[in-house]
Amino acid sequence: MSQQLAIYVPRETSAASLGAERVAAAVADLAAQSDGGLRLIRNGSWGACWLEPLLEISDGNQRIAYANVGADEVAGIIDAHRNGTSHARKLGPTVEIPYLIQQDRWTFHRCGLIEALSLEDYQRHGGWAGLEKAFEIGSAATVEQVKISGLRGRGGAGFPAGIKWQTVADASADQKYVACNADEGDSGTFSDRMLMEGDPYTLIEGMAIAGFAVGASLGMIYLRSEYPLARQILAAALANARESGWLGDNIRGSGFSFDIELHIGGGSYVCGEETAMLESLEGKQGLVRFKPPLPALEGLFGKPTVVNNVVTLGSVANILRLGGDRYAALGVDRSKGTLAFQLGGNIKRGGLVEKAFGVTLRELIEDWGGGTATGRPIKAVQIGGPLGPYFPAAKLDTPLEYEKFAAAGGMIGHGGIVVFDDTVDMAEQARFAMEFCALESCGKCTPCRIGSVRGVELIDKIRAGTDRDRNLQVLDELCDTMIHGSLCAMGGMTPFPVRSAVQCFPQDFESAGESKS
Amino acid sequence: MSLIREPDFGTPVARSEETVQIEIDGLPATVKAGTSILRAARESGVDIPKLCATDSLKAFGSCRLCLVEVEGRKGYPASCTTKVEPGMKVRTQTAALAKLRRNVMELYISDHPLDCLTCAANGDCELQDMAGAVGLREVRYGMDGQNHLDAKADTSNPYFSFDPSKCIVCSRCVRACSETQGTFALTIEGRGFNSKVSAGMAESFMDSECVSCGACVQACPTATLMEKSIIDHGQPEHSVVTTCAYCGVGCSFKAEMKGDQVVRMTPYKDGQANHGHSCVKGRFAWGYATHKERTLEPMIRDATDQPWRKVSWDEALGFAAKRLREIQDKYGRKSIGGITSSRCTNEEVFVVQKLIRAAFGNNNVDTCARVCHSPTGYGLKQTLGTSAGTQPFDSVMDADVIVVIGANPTVAHPVFASQMKRRLRQGARLIVVDPRKIDMVRSPHVKADYHLPLQPGTNVPIVNAFAHVAISEGLIDEDYIRERCDLESFEAWKKSILSEANSPESVAAISGVAAEDIRGAARLYATANNAAIYYGLGVTEHSQGSTMVMGMANLAMATGNIGRSGVGVNPLRGQNNVQGSCDMGSFPHELAGYRPIQDDAVRGQFENHWGVTLDPEPGFRIPNMFDAAVAGKYKGMYIQGEDLAQSDPNTQHVEEALQNMECIIVQDLFLNETAKFAHVFLPGTSFLEKDGTFINAERRINRVRPVMQPRQGKEEWRITQDLAQALGYPMSYTNAAEIMDEIAVLTPTFAGVSFAFLDRVGSVQWPCNESAPLGTPIMHVGAFVRGKGLFVETDYVPTKERTSRKFPLLLTTGRILSQYNVGAQTRRTENMVWYDADLLEVHPADAETRGIRDGDLVLLRSRKGEITLPAKITERVNPGVVYTTFHNPETGANVVTTEYSDWATSCPEYKVTAVEIMPATHRTEWQEGFERREKQQQEMLENS
Repeated sequence: MSQQLAIYVPRETSAASLGAERVAAAVADLAAQSDGGLRLIRNGSWGACWLEPLLEISDGNQRIAYANVGADEVAGIIDAHRNGTSHARKLGPTVEIPYLIQQDRWTFHRCGLIEALSLEDYQRHGGWAGLEKAFEIGSAATVEQVKISGLRGRGGAGFPAGIKWQTVADASADQKYVACNADEGDSGTFSDRMLMEGDPYTLIEGMAIAGFAVGASLGMIYLRSEYPLARQILAAALANARESGWLGDNIRGSGFSFDIELHIGGGSYVCGEETAMLESLEGKQGLVRFKPPLPALEGLFGKPTVVNNVVTLGSVANILRLGGDRYAALGVDRSKGTLAFQLGGNIKRGGLVEKAFGVTLRELIEDWGGGTATGRPIKAVQIGGPLGPYFPAAKLDTPLEYEKFAAAGGMIGHGGIVVFDDTVDMAEQARFAMEFCALESCGKCTPCRIGSVRGVELIDKIRAGTDRDRNLQVLDELCDTMIHGSLCAMGGMTPFPVRSAVQCFPQDFESAGESKS
Repeated sequence: MSLIREPDFGTPVARSEETVQIEIDGLPATVKAGTSILRAARESGVDIPKLCATDSLKAFGSCRLCLVEVEGRKGYPASCTTKVEPGMKVRTQTAALAKLRRNVMELYISDHPLDCLTCAANGDCELQDMAGAVGLREVRYGMDGQNHLDAKADTSNPYFSFDPSKCIVCSRCVRACSETQGTFALTIEGRGFNSKVSAGMAESFMDSECVSCGACVQACPTATLMEKSIIDHGQPEHSVVTTCAYCGVGCSFKAEMKGDQVVRMTPYKDGQANHGHSCVKGRFAWGYATHKERTLEPMIRDATDQPWRKVSWDEALGFAAKRLREIQDKYGRKSIGGITSSRCTNEEVFVVQKLIRAAFGNNNVDTCARVCHSPTGYGLKQTLGTSAGTQPFDSVMDADVIVVIGANPTVAHPVFASQMKRRLRQGARLIVVDPRKIDMVRSPHVKADYHLPLQPGTNVPIVNAFAHVAISEGLIDEDYIRERCDLESFEAWKKSILSEANSPESVAAISGVAAEDIRGAARLYATANNAAIYYGLGVTEHSQGSTMVMGMANLAMATGNIGRSGVGVNPLRGQNNVQGSCDMGSFPHELAGYRPIQDDAVRGQFENHWGVTLDPEPGFRIPNMFDAAVAGKYKGMYIQGEDLAQSDPNTQHVEEALQNMECIIVQDLFLNETAKFAHVFLPGTSFLEKDGTFINAERRINRVRPVMQPRQGKEEWRITQDLAQALGYPMSYTNAAEIMDEIAVLTPTFAGVSFAFLDRVGSVQWPCNESAPLGTPIMHVGAFVRGKGLFVETDYVPTKERTSRKFPLLLTTGRILSQYNVGAQTRRTENMVWYDADLLEVHPADAETRGIRDGDLVLLRSRKGEITLPAKITERVNPGVVYTTFHNPETGANVVTTEYSDWATSCPEYKVTAVEIMPATHRTEWQEGFERREKQQQEMLENS
């Protein structure tokens, strides 16, 4: 019998979309016939989507990566590996892939590395050490560590997590909650999903730490309905954690009790807005609430609630395990630590890149992303989801940190970067922003509900050359009305991409409806 | 007279006692902490444009018109959702705000029909007002974009229409349905531009759970939800504040008028009982006042088999007086009497009982409270010292545990039910003691912690078991009892309660309620900070009705739950003025203010004032009147606004009594069932024609103001006065206010009351006198009115009405929302679309064994009589229990009820009748007879 090999195939949505499930099935078939010589392991994705399906073979010492593997190539690859012969798909040792090793993997340090649902693997790679540390130092010191880390909300708003936690911790109430926003709906974003699929226990651990820090006994994950695989993996992870005593009454004898419920969203973008999400969690229609009161004081069911997104909570376990100061040492100025940027759109090497703040847009797009997939020049980049302004190519050297990026007219948001080449019609993109808002508006406030529809109509008129100057003026006023009058960021930020398109690419609004080439 | 336009402060009043200083547009303002900027501005005389905000609803923040600038704060916060903070400097009018508001309004109008001139809301439209306020001059988007202008109107509700083409999606209707009414029938369906108001699951209003309370119509700022009467007649030109004449909640309304035509009744925000809310009856069902069947001319006849003759007032009253005197000459002074009406004003009632005592010369006066809440008057007087409930309605907002016993608030007291539900949604706990699964047991956002579905007739064992648990588990308030109650009576009561017969386990066997539920509910009640009992006729209309009232008072005293806000023993009284008619001395043994006729000093005071000698002996109660009539000793009766033949139990006995009489005078709006036995018909007035006062269930004296002249030409008190004069007793009031002045002089608890006083303060809760010049919202604060609270032993004595093999089921009776009592009014309105026939609720198990299907005609037979009616198969009732209503005379529900009654007050036991049911093929003999009489009556009317 030959040496036993472990074959890693990611169980992850983007890999699956490229055929990973068929690859895994092929491996499983071979394993079944191998009499113990082969073992299939379902890890998460390393995040290099352009290499998926990325199959790794481990002989116990080293993992060798094979990229873009087809199901029909699996047998050949394993044979080649066993025989020590070369194979066209072979990349070499995973730990030597530049795309990966040049990152600052903090939150995603286990993602791809471990078998996603293996509690043993999780624990072997530092899992639960953060929660144990929290138990050791107490809840006040736990909040303090998060404050020291400088961690800010990664969902887009960038509010300091430690301050939010402190507010909830200081509130007195018979019940508090931790609500995890996993309604990752921004275009070009997938970091939450990758983390939940690749390292689900780190989210559970982070939520438990948050619950311990603020005195909450129940956590809720609001997962978007479009993530069925993440749902399966999270549900299994929650059951495993409960069974092994990492969730439930008196966790590991600490005296702290905490459980997590998984809720599936109703398919509305605006439910990613924290107050609409709370409404939806309460079983109501996903309408935005006005603030104040802040959810930290009157959140879920009117009780003090920590609302953080997946990556925020997923960063916490390591902050506790390694110390807030270690995290704060990464990044620049008030943008501490790392952000998991997501490269998408018209890009050659799409995927997830976790880097300390301060990296420039150009470095990400060119050094990691390899430029546009079409090879044509970049015309615009949209960062921060569908409500983010368009950045012209001239601004690519702006460093990615919250304040500097905002000063340049951009928004880091959730870190999604969508690249467009020079064939894009920016008037159409502006129309899309309004159309998206019209489609996803919850309908509560007037500027968003009616304004977005009128915005689409105005841009159509402008593109058709009807009364262009006057309608551009009306559009500009409508943008003001939406920015200043909307109840939440949905209507309030929709004008950002519209305005940036008009301002940076005025020529696209002049030649009526002509197709660009 | 002008149209009353109530100010709208935008957001509800803040509850804080602290104040905050702020600056609005450069001027200082002091407001309560927690007030919104919007309200603060309005209170300081500054109007900020708004659409989605209204002061009956929580701030919502959707319209974005009320944006303001706050110094030191970025952006433009909405003033409705932003609360004042000390030192805050607010600008409500700047160039930037003006532009923002105009542009928001431009968006609204880009999806709104431009038909203001022909719109029903023209002149009363907030959207129109705001377009004016922000100076909108053009819609630059044009009117050809996406819109809802073709949306179809829903006209299914008989009283209002819903036209979504005019809707601005402010959600005020949805929020009113949830927050104000608590029915949750409305929602916003869809999202974004497709958001639309939807009743139920995208149903029509009629098909949805909508209860037609009108809160949504009231809240709508446009013509989207609009009364059909306004669509038909246009906007009113003046309004008059008055009081609803249906149930004992006593809602204040603005009668909105065009000349002397009512075009709309809208709930009055300053009404202390209803705070601007209403139900389907008060809000919409007032059309009976002008119904074609209303009889407007006096009529007489020599015998009941003769046609009616329309005559002048003088002739009718002369005829009546002559007959009454002839009867007295022949059968004696005590052979005549009368009934006062709980539907009439205090002033009208007072003169009727005065007529009987002073002109008839006896005390044969009674009132319909005899058949509803007489045990309340008796029981609360014995234990606490006052014949009335202890609390104002608003007290429920301080209750932590609410007990509803034998009451169905959502149908019988809907406006108070909404307030109760509001408190329950805030987290108060609920115990329901009722044979049926009434709505309060489970409805949207309301779920009773305990429902005790007891066997009808077992209230007393249940309340005794509550007390047993409270005492045996040490949950009673010893300090309270020691300080405030009669200790000797307490010890005796305690000893009797601790008998094993009162343990939850023993009572479980009698009542059919699980012992652990009784125990759990009792603990919940006894351990609450504030526990309040609300009860209705399910308590009083029993052979031990008075015992049960005292049992509840005992329990409340023992647990310290009387004498402050949030607690109490609260009767939900049925009729608009049943409290008042009792207060006015309508009982045979009591003069106004519940003072015994046998007391020489009390009687002497009245004798002096009235210039006559009064009979010191109490007269007949209603059941005694019937018995005496059957025996041939009681021959004449003056009946003010009460339909004895339909509403009293054992109809055939009542009919026999009425047939035996020689002069029945009916004073009513319609030729009712009793009028079929009458010799004189005196047309009465509706509440829209009355000048006077009603007293609601919380002892609140409300003004009733006429909006039109009496349609039959004479105020009702004047009819009574003219009859007195025809009888030779001088009575000479020139207006209703003088009657109240006399009441005030003769009644210590009313000493401070006058029309002028009420017009000044709005309303007042009695006692209102020198020691309580502004009235008494909560009774028994600090000490009980009777001195020490008296515990009365309440041993259970089962009713004599028992089930048997022949009559194995128990019938209990009640009401439904859209109909009122005997239905004389509501049957003459569009309310008939909700309920046009009395139905018999039967449990599926009982139906199945008898081969009865839903909708089948069934025979309902008791030891007293039999009727037929359609069956409604439902699990709302337990097996062994059937239920019906008595709204329709042709059903004859009271043909089957018995004359068993409360031992202390003779209140009939409507709630327990042993019956059997079976499929029916044809109507019963009584029902055939009813139809014959009905036809005959019609002929006699046509021939008159």
